[in-house]
Amino acid sequence: MKDKQSFEDDLKKLQKIVEDLASGKLTLGESLKRYEEGIKLAQGCSSLLEEAGHRVESLMKKDGRFVLEKFEEGEEEK
Amino acid sequence: MPLRDKHIYTVSQITQEIEVVFENTFGLGIWVEGEVSNFKVAASGHFYFSLKDEKAVLGAAMFAGANRQLKFKIEDGIKVICFGRIDVYGPRGQYQLIVDRIEPKGIGARQLAFEQLKDRLLKEGFFDPAHKKELPLMPFRVGIVTSGIGAAIRDILGILRKGALGVDVVLRPVRVQGEGASLEIARGIEELNEFGKLDIIIVSRGGGSTEDLWAFNEEPCARAVYNSKVPVISAVGHQINTSLCDLVADIFVETPTAAAKIIVDRKNELLSQINELRHAMGFSILDKINSFKNEVTRFRHSLKSPLDRLREKEQLLDELAGALNNNINQIINITSERLKSFIERLDALSPLKILARGYSLSISQDDGSIIRDAFKITPGQRIKTILGKGAFLSTVNEIIKKELGDEG
Repeated sequence: MKDKQSFEDDLKKLQKIVEDLASGKLTLGESLKRYEEGIKLAQGCSSLLEEAGHRVESLMKKDGRFVLEKFEEGEEEK
Repeated sequence: MPLRDKHIYTVSQITQEIEVVFENTFGLGIWVEGEVSNFKVAASGHFYFSLKDEKAVLGAAMFAGANRQLKFKIEDGIKVICFGRIDVYGPRGQYQLIVDRIEPKGIGARQLAFEQLKDRLLKEGFFDPAHKKELPLMPFRVGIVTSGIGAAIRDILGILRKGALGVDVVLRPVRVQGEGASLEIARGIEELNEFGKLDIIIVSRGGGSTEDLWAFNEEPCARAVYNSKVPVISAVGHQINTSLCDLVADIFVETPTAAAKIIVDRKNELLSQINELRHAMGFSILDKINSFKNEVTRFRHSLKSPLDRLREKEQLLDELAGALNNNINQIINITSERLKSFIERLDALSPLKILARGYSLSISQDDGSIIRDAFKITPGQRIKTILGKGAFLSTVNEIIKKELGDEG
């Protein structure tokens, strides 16, 4: 599920890792661990953006309840 | 007609009659439309103006009590519809329209209503930059309020399909023009908010005339955009004229296409940002590894192998041994030189040498001691006398007391 919040959180984590790594204060072992973590986050974020699961639905309210239907593009009006 | 049959009115009477006729004909209220001219505001706050069309002019007065609530500004040239009664003003022999209500008419009226509403919303803080919400970093779920059969939805979906296939779209189809369209748009925005799960809402309509786009200038739409918890992008029409919806929205763009491009651009920016972060990480880690490599090299240099150390010690030992050898030889040489001179000196002092020069040495046979004092021997004692060459035994005959060496 594409979730903007978890995406933003992951991106923030990734930025933090980059900062930590750049600071040079970590041991080599820690650096490698953080690097691995960072690569995973970067891949996750990228693939979320590049995902192709495009859904287009139209929202209707029927009897006070929301109903989502697949949206079929019609002809242009006029 | 004979004069006596004639009814002669006084001016006042006829004026009164006219008043009655007007009242009977027009009742207590009529609608009149016309263009405003000679508009004046009196010190009392009453408005005085004329209504005119191509052929006639009608004086009009709107008293302060009635005009206080007026929402638009009356100006010469605007077309209005007035509600009021025809009043006869005796002192001047004039009739005029006493206006209770006045409304602008036609496209000018719309514009006036628009300005008026804009003014009110401005005062309510609808356009306040502080109220604008920030768009999320990446809108993955986009709500769209527009016609399901219009150009806008087609344009938006087209751009998203090309540039941001990962974005889900929830369309809330509405009528975007005609009576009640603004309310429908407003309800659409509200329902998308209620539906939740959306990151942004695009309120949109393709190009059209000012009339066509009017729904986006009306209060319901503006209010719904203002109240939306989800950030709103307004993309109305293809023209530069700005709708109220545009002004209230968190972001506005000129076309539906541009709205979709915002999302695509975000996606691309984020992708390149993530790439940069990835590279930055790579550089950092390479840096780290290189600095460790350097450190290791430094350590290796400072940490010599045990064999190296052994060789070093061996070499030192060899050097020391060589030095020691030299020293000892030198010492031996020096010592042997000294020994030689000692021996020479010793040789010179040897009693044998003295004896060779003619001296002799006597030794008591009794105790083997060298005889140095004549008084310590007695006659008859046997002594051995050693000469430069050979020796002899003899017996002491007599002790001679006064002789050489007696210091007595």
